[in-house]
Amino acid sequence: MAATLIVNARLLDPATGLDMPGALLVRDGVILDHGGNLGTPDGAEVVDAGGACLAPGLVDMRAALGEPGAEHRETIASAAQAAAAGGITTLCALPDTDPPLDDAALIQFVIRRGEATGCLTILPYAAATAGCAGKEIAEFGLLKEAGAVAFTDGRHAIGNARTMRLALSYARAFGSFVVQHPEEPSLAAGGAATEGERATRMGLPGIPVAAEAMLVARDIELAKITGGHVHFAHVSTAAALAHIRAARVLGLRVTCDTAPPYFDLNETAIGEYRTYAKLSPPLRSDEDRLAVVAALKDGTVDAIASDHQPRDADDKRLPFAQAEAGGAGLATLLAVTLARVHGGDLTLLQALDLLTARPAKLLSIEAGTLRKGRPADLVLFHPERGWRVEAGKLPGKAQNTPFDGRALEGKVLGTWKAGKRVFG
Amino acid sequence: MPYPLRHLLAIEGLEPPYIAELLDLADHYALQNRRGTTQRDLLKGRTLINLFFEDSTRTRTSFELAGKRLGADIVNMSVSTSSVNKGETLLDTAATLNAMRTDLLVVRHGQSGAPALLAQKVDAAVINAGDGTHEHPTQALLDALTIRRRKGRLEGLTVAICGDVLHSRVARSNIHLLLTMNARVRIVGPPTLIPAEAVRLGVEVHHDMRSGLEGADVVMMLRLQKERMTGGLVPSAREFFRFYGLDATKLAHAKPDAIVMHPGPMNRGVEIDSAVADDPARSVIGEQVEMGVAVRMAVLDLLSRNLLRNA
Repeated sequence: MAATLIVNARLLDPATGLDMPGALLVRDGVILDHGGNLGTPDGAEVVDAGGACLAPGLVDMRAALGEPGAEHRETIASAAQAAAAGGITTLCALPDTDPPLDDAALIQFVIRRGEATGCLTILPYAAATAGCAGKEIAEFGLLKEAGAVAFTDGRHAIGNARTMRLALSYARAFGSFVVQHPEEPSLAAGGAATEGERATRMGLPGIPVAAEAMLVARDIELAKITGGHVHFAHVSTAAALAHIRAARVLGLRVTCDTAPPYFDLNETAIGEYRTYAKLSPPLRSDEDRLAVVAALKDGTVDAIASDHQPRDADDKRLPFAQAEAGGAGLATLLAVTLARVHGGDLTLLQALDLLTARPAKLLSIEAGTLRKGRPADLVLFHPERGWRVEAGKLPGKAQNTPFDGRALEGKVLGTWKAGKRVFG
Repeated sequence: MPYPLRHLLAIEGLEPPYIAELLDLADHYALQNRRGTTQRDLLKGRTLINLFFEDSTRTRTSFELAGKRLGADIVNMSVSTSSVNKGETLLDTAATLNAMRTDLLVVRHGQSGAPALLAQKVDAAVINAGDGTHEHPTQALLDALTIRRRKGRLEGLTVAICGDVLHSRVARSNIHLLLTMNARVRIVGPPTLIPAEAVRLGVEVHHDMRSGLEGADVVMMLRLQKERMTGGLVPSAREFFRFYGLDATKLAHAKPDAIVMHPGPMNRGVEIDSAVADDPARSVIGEQVEMGVAVRMAVLDLLSRNLLRNA
């Protein structure tokens, strides 16, 4: 494969703390070199970055794909297109599909479908319980051998304490972890919005904030007795974050991610029953949003994930309480995160760290860095260039963005997967 | 001996001289059994009752044979024929057996501690033939005898006990015996089948068969009960066999002359591969059964010396 030299870029690599103007040389799909001044090898294609930022391709550790089973919402190909436009080169897919990914053959199927896109590495989670039904633990060993990155029931909380205990315990045998959707299912059942004044005024069934804190607290106790590693997805409340901080002090293996809606939006976004802003967990009060921002700043949150949940018009054009929860998030992941940089909460390296090196480390994968010899998965973006999110005009199939109408600064100019330009 | 042994309820707490004495005596009976020269009147006039609240074929038969070879009068009582089914409590049963002037009472019960409770209430010497998930002392003794005969010693050997340790009385008795006799013990299994705080017993805990079997002199497999899978502790038999079933590949991590043991009955293709179980160069499973009779003769012999009732 020919070489590519990207010149006149601001090189950013949170894994090494690199932040300098320079060039980066790619050959045979691998990062060969980078530095302030690189010579142009014969025959190399030269790309002028025009001073834009060049960073490792984003690692999105949580996204639902429509495939298999809901191809009308999203296919792996359409998700890959949206991911490339969003600068994402590695994505962890949720297993609560139809059929659920609880068998080694299905894991291999999803990995191969990802490879076939040529622009996205898909690392599927396997179901933590058979059929994502929350009852009996799945075949973690065989699933891990097939390529499962970790174990979760996706949008379904593992509500039974004994099942969660067994899952955390059993995952240890294979050096893996369990991702929990932290929402006490019996308290959340039937809820459509965060319980409080807004839900009361709108006449919507509420989900108390305590539903999140409660399951987080329970699972921390289970991590304590099993020695297992629990990861909480899309943490959205101050109370849950307080439990996670305390667990870290005790040295427990507790990690978490959050998603852009929970540090960029609050419950007012549901406005006049806007179902695109109906998410799971629901959008919270602004106090909780600020607590999530603080947790991004102080390192309590390990990663920012898109929590992409494709829905089609039929899922969303319904009375609010009946509409499906979930928002599209691939194309907006970087720009919404950069809003926290422009807002002065995070440095650019900190923000990128949460999107690349830290999730990669958590997942024990090679991606997420510009280190020499690593796969040339890259994103080139202009941190200040503005654009407006418009549902209906997003790349990929899923258009159900909770950020519809939001003006953002930070635009992806180009994405490379293993040295091949896949966007821009 | 520091004190006369009245009952055999557990290995835990049994001091090394008793274990050594029992093994030496069992060795002697093993030899006699092979020669067919057993002294047949040692327990003449003594009554031995096999009281089994749980199904068992091999243990009950083994005790029965041991008692017969020593000349005892033997009665087998199993739960399906006893009055326990009619609502009699354990202590009522004890009183009945006492009135029958039982000398030796072999008890198997599904509840941990049941033989110890009986021992408080009967004049007979009580031998625990397996209680719940607590202990199975004669199994540990027969395992130790088998190892000693093959390896010449117990001290300094590395023994890997693999599989469902959590529910295994065999594992618990073996752990206590082997540690008492200064062997090194590893327990190997998925974390869901390893008991809490197992390291506090003095064993090493491994969740990977490769590291668990590395350099082992003895590989002791445990039976995985079907209920464990329906109870969700193990996702499937095929996954268990893949990661924790003993096959030639995993056994290759142990010493080249390592022996393979199993208390029986085996689940072939679940915890053990037939090729390993039936390999005469490695498997001592048949010898374990043979030593079982000798060990039970030794236990009956030793305990009969300290009976409260004169013959």
